[in-house]
Amino acid sequence: MPKPLEVRLQGEREIVVSREFEAPPELVFDCWTVPALIRRWLGPAEWVMITCEFDARVGGAWRFVSRGPDGFEMGHGGVIRELVRPELIVATERYDMDWTGGETLNTNEFTEIAPGRTLSKLTVLYASAEARAGAAATPMAEGMEAGFKRLDAVLAEPRSS
Amino acid sequence: MPTQQELDLTFAALADGTRRAILARLAQGEATVNELCAPFAMSQPAISKHIKVLEAAGLVRRRKEAQRRPVRIEAAPLAEAVGWLEQYRMFWDKSYQRLDGLLDELKRVAPKPGDPNH
Repeated sequence: MPKPLEVRLQGEREIVVSREFEAPPELVFDCWTVPALIRRWLGPAEWVMITCEFDARVGGAWRFVSRGPDGFEMGHGGVIRELVRPELIVATERYDMDWTGGETLNTNEFTEIAPGRTLSKLTVLYASAEARAGAAATPMAEGMEAGFKRLDAVLAEPRSS
Repeated sequence: MPTQQELDLTFAALADGTRRAILARLAQGEATVNELCAPFAMSQPAISKHIKVLEAAGLVRRRKEAQRRPVRIEAAPLAEAVGWLEQYRMFWDKSYQRLDGLLDELKRVAPKPGDPNH
């Protein structure tokens, strides 16, 4: 079984998201760079990607707009800085409503760790430590209601002693 | 917005089962230290020690003005701690599970290595 998703803080300004996939790096890379594929997986299922542009070349622009269940639309985009199939995508990202306190630099590395198995490592570099602390507050992340349900679950856990 | 240090304090305070149980009790309403001792079969100094840890993490507050000094829960730091990195994780977990499905589909139609037709 592949290792589960790992999300960790790195240094003052980075979040690292690691995950293994049962597929060769070429396929994983394509799922990040081909709009017809991107729109099929990125974001929660309840959100629909209404704009999905990815000009897959160095200096090319990308732009995604997603619509939530309540009709809220969220746009983000940036510029592709490096692109090496199938191992590396470096791109800037900025939300229209600037959820992340300025632009981030996203580095996505794909490593074939065994035949047909790929480690995906996404490093998001924020403009500042404060910007990173607010990073998860986009509407596409879980809503407050779900947050409080998890809070209930934490409180309901049995005592360890 | 919580700082890394505040998050560390919050998670350390939440790491203990007794402290989580105290929070669960306080979620139903404020209580004095004496009232909190009863269900836990612990001494008052032991409970007080746990409350001090929760207080330092900003998770509970003791009302100074009242004679009984009841303890009450402060939900905001807890909600932030549970919500923050966890929200990020949830976003990627959901997306990547969808990606698993898409990759499975693509593997079925992808050309095999060395296939001369591709």
